[in-house]
Order: sequence, then C-alpha cells, then structure tokens
Amino acid sequence: MIQVRLAAHGVDVEFQAAPGITALFGPAAAGKTIILDAIAGFVTPASGRIILDDEILFDAASHVNLPPRRRHCGYVARHWALFPHMSLRDNLLFPLAGLPRLERHRRVNEMLDRFSLEEAAPRRPHAVSPAQRLRATVARALIGEPRLLLVDEPAAGLDIAMRAEWYTVLRMVRDETSLPVLLAARDLETCFELAGNMLLLDAGRILQSGPPRKVLDQPAGVEAARLLGIRNLFPAEIVALDPGRNTSRLRLENFELTGPYLPGCLRGDRVWLCVEPGQLLAAPHDGSKPAMNQVTARLERASETPLAMRLEFAGGIVAEIARREFEAHKDNADNKEWLVEFPPHALRVLGCL
Amino acid sequence: MPLDWSPLWLSLRYAGLATLLATLLALPLAWLLAHRRFPGCELLDAAANLPLVFPPAVLAYYLLATFGRWPLKFNWRAAVAVSAIYTLPLLLRMIRAGLEAMDHSVENAARSLGAGEWRIFWRVTLPLAWRALFGAVLAGFVRALADFGATVIVASAAATAWLLPLAAVALAALYIGNRVRRAQVLA
Repeated sequence: MIQVRLAAHGVDVEFQAAPGITALFGPAAAGKTIILDAIAGFVTPASGRIILDDEILFDAASHVNLPPRRRHCGYVARHWALFPHMSLRDNLLFPLAGLPRLERHRRVNEMLDRFSLEEAAPRRPHAVSPAQRLRATVARALIGEPRLLLVDEPAAGLDIAMRAEWYTVLRMVRDETSLPVLLAARDLETCFELAGNMLLLDAGRILQSGPPRKVLDQPAGVEAARLLGIRNLFPAEIVALDPGRNTSRLRLENFELTGPYLPGCLRGDRVWLCVEPGQLLAAPHDGSKPAMNQVTARLERASETPLAMRLEFAGGIVAEIARREFEAHKDNADNKEWLVEFPPHALRVLGCL
Repeated sequence: MPLDWSPLWLSLRYAGLATLLATLLALPLAWLLAHRRFPGCELLDAAANLPLVFPPAVLAYYLLATFGRWPLKFNWRAAVAVSAIYTLPLLLRMIRAGLEAMDHSVENAARSLGAGEWRIFWRVTLPLAWRALFGAVLAGFVRALADFGATVIVASAAATAWLLPLAAVALAALYIGNRVRRAQVLA
C-alpha cells in the first residue's frame, strides 16, 4: 500500500495504490514519469508526503527524505537501463551485494529460471533479444524483493510481439507477487490489459480515478473524455426533461435529440454529450423525412480501421459501421447526404451525473 | 656526442606526476559538479577554471606571489604542483563532460537497486565513462608535457641547479615573468 501526496515540477497529485497494477495514464508531459521518479527518490518534491507500508519515504514537513537505495522501490526504466557492461547474470547479482555468496547465486538462478533467461544469462544486454532484455529488467527490479514496483512503459519500440511479451511479463508480476505496481502507461490498451485501477492525469493533475472500464464509460468531464480519445463530443443544452416518460430533449448545434432522462440536471443546463462511434447507425439518405433522432449529414471521409469503416461526417460526427455494410453503399461514399441515427440508449451526458 | 635523454625523461616524469595529481583532484570535483547542485557550485566551477584563462607566465607569477611569501622550498614537488594546477581545468572540463554525457537512467537504476554513490561510481559510472575519462587524462598529460612555461618560472625561482636542461628556457621565462611583474607594477 502506498500513499502519495506530492507537488514537484508542475505536478500536484494525491492518491493511494493497493497491491495490483495501478496505471497512470495521460498525454506526454502529464507528469507520469515525474511521479514515479519522486516516489523512487530521484526527484525531490517541493512538498508532500510519501508513505509506503507505514514507512515514511518522504515528508517535506519533517524533512524526511530517504535516499533511493533505502526506499525499496523496484524501478523499470523506460529504456530498460540494464548495465550494458555486465552480463545479464551480473546485472541480477548487482542488487544482492550484501548477501552471502550462496544465497546470492540461489536467488539469481531462481530468477533466471522464473523468467526463462538461463540461456541468455552469460551474455550482455546488447547481445540478447529485446524480449530477453525486457524480462531481465523486470527480474533485476524484483530480485532485491522491493515493496513497490515502479514501471515506466516505453513510449516507442513495443511492436506487436513485444507488446504481447510486455503484457505477459507484467501479468506474471501481478499474479505471482502481492506488490503494488505503479505503471506509467502510454496507451489505453495497456490500462485495460493490466490495470485494476487507473489514474487519469493531465498537466500534473489527476482528472479521474477508478477501474479503467468505469473511467472510459463515465468520463468525469470533457477533458477526461478528450484524453481518453472519445469521439463524438458535442456541447448540448437541455431543453426539456420528462421524468414521466423517462426522456430528455437535448439541443445540439444544428439538431435536437431525444435522450434518456437525466436525474440531477435542470432544464437549460449546458452539458457535453458523447456517443461511441460504433453505436451510431448510418445509412445513405434516400430522401425520406428523418425519423426520431435521425440527422442528415454530409459524409466527408470514409477510412478503414482494423475492424470497421470509420465515417467522418460534417459537424464532427464520427460513426463506425461494418465494412460489408459500407460496401453495399459504396456509391454514396463521397460528399453525399447520409442519415445518422443516435439511439437514445447510446447517448452519454458528461457533467451532470 | 652521446645524446642526452635526461630532459625527455624529466619532462615525461613530471608531466606524468602532474597529470596523476590533477586527475585525483579533477575526478571528485567533476563528479560533484556533474551530480550535485549546491550553493556556490558555479563559483567553484569558475575558480577551478581560472588557470585556463591565464597565460602560463601570469599564472606562475600569481602562484609565486601567493606562495613565495611562505618559506616554501621550491623543489620538484612545487614544479609538479604548478603543472597540475595548470592542467586541472582542462581535465575537469573533459571529465565533467564525459560524466554528464552518460545515460543517467542507468545510474538511477543502480540507486533503486540499493547501491550507494561510491559503489555506483566504481561499478557503473567509471566502467561506462572510461573512454571519455581516458581521453581527458591523455589530453591533460599532453598539456602538462607541452606547457612548461609556468612550471619553469616557479622552478627557476628556486634557483636550484636540478633543472639544468631547462636553464636557458628558464632565463627567458624569467625575463617574461619580470616584464609581466613590471607591467603590473607600472599599472
């Protein structure tokens, strides 16, 4: 269990992390790495307090500032930071300097076995595969039996195979140890794959925290939604609320929609509305009058994604439909009027939840 | 006529000793300046680089003016010391650049793995930066070997005969030194 409250270099955060993986997610320069460095002791915060398992690592008020070597935090750096002049075995031996010889070798062999590194052990980091380098880094961080693991996910260089390896190794750490792990995640996929909890960071502040699914389903606000890459964000005004029929009426820039009843909101409130692209229904406009929640929009661009076709309409509306469905309407692709339907159940309102 | 090699040996020996002394001083100083921010670190940096801006004769003059008052005997130790002071700034700059160019995440990794600064220096920093450090020491040695002006003035001020091969140079240097001194007295 780690409790952190700190202000350093434009970062001002307060959070706790229990055993399991807690992901710090946010754009570049949101302060993820600074937070990890401050906990590890590489950076001294201006104020705050860091407590790990009842031990104070840092407290600005009482001038406690343990040096990194006494903080017992394993650190997996963004570029691995293995010692390039030592073999993998010597890399693993490095943290065990104070132990008796036999114990050292027992622990190293055990780690090499656990991370399938026996064959690569006598070689130096530049002479082994990237996957082995990754496993050696995590093994080295764990071998000194830290009480917390700090992981800075590499921003680049994780191709599809490495990404799978990365998930496997971190999942193994999560399942086989009871360590709290703080992971500076570079993309949302990592948060969903690994983290039980996530902190959404922007410009040094925590915008929202909670399980990744919940954060994505209910962003706390429009900034959070933007950071999560949610498309179809529209400002709207509530023009009517009908608790009897459990509906609401929302006025957007150019059209009105019927949505679910919004408890806690008042008529005239300005809110942000978002819809997942996959939940919009889109078909070419055949001249008929738009039905309820249907809007005519000009198709500006159609592009292919790995799973579907993404249709971008005028007015910032983005819909995703199955490719086969799109092929059927291919003639209507460019600059034609389409009918886009917003199913009421798909409408999510940010700001008055 | 048999060739007299003694000036060469003398120069090599003195340059070697001076480089050793300067390295021993420059290494901890460079580490300190590269790793720590403390009040007065810029001042220390500037002071250590001062010998770089002085012409050898002026440097020697100031050293004589400073230490000459004391009943200090100018023997070979003084010559080595002056040469070391003259070499120090170059060594310091190059070693510091070498240390600062290192990937600090490796040193930080060692810190998080429980190593103290001393152990990190010997086991991580030095093995990784040794090329840069070796280059710096070599450059320092060459400078100590080539620049003999300051050393010769100080050494000849002792007016001992042990630096005979350099006597001629010493006379010339003394002349320059005196001119500098006179220039300063006039000024």
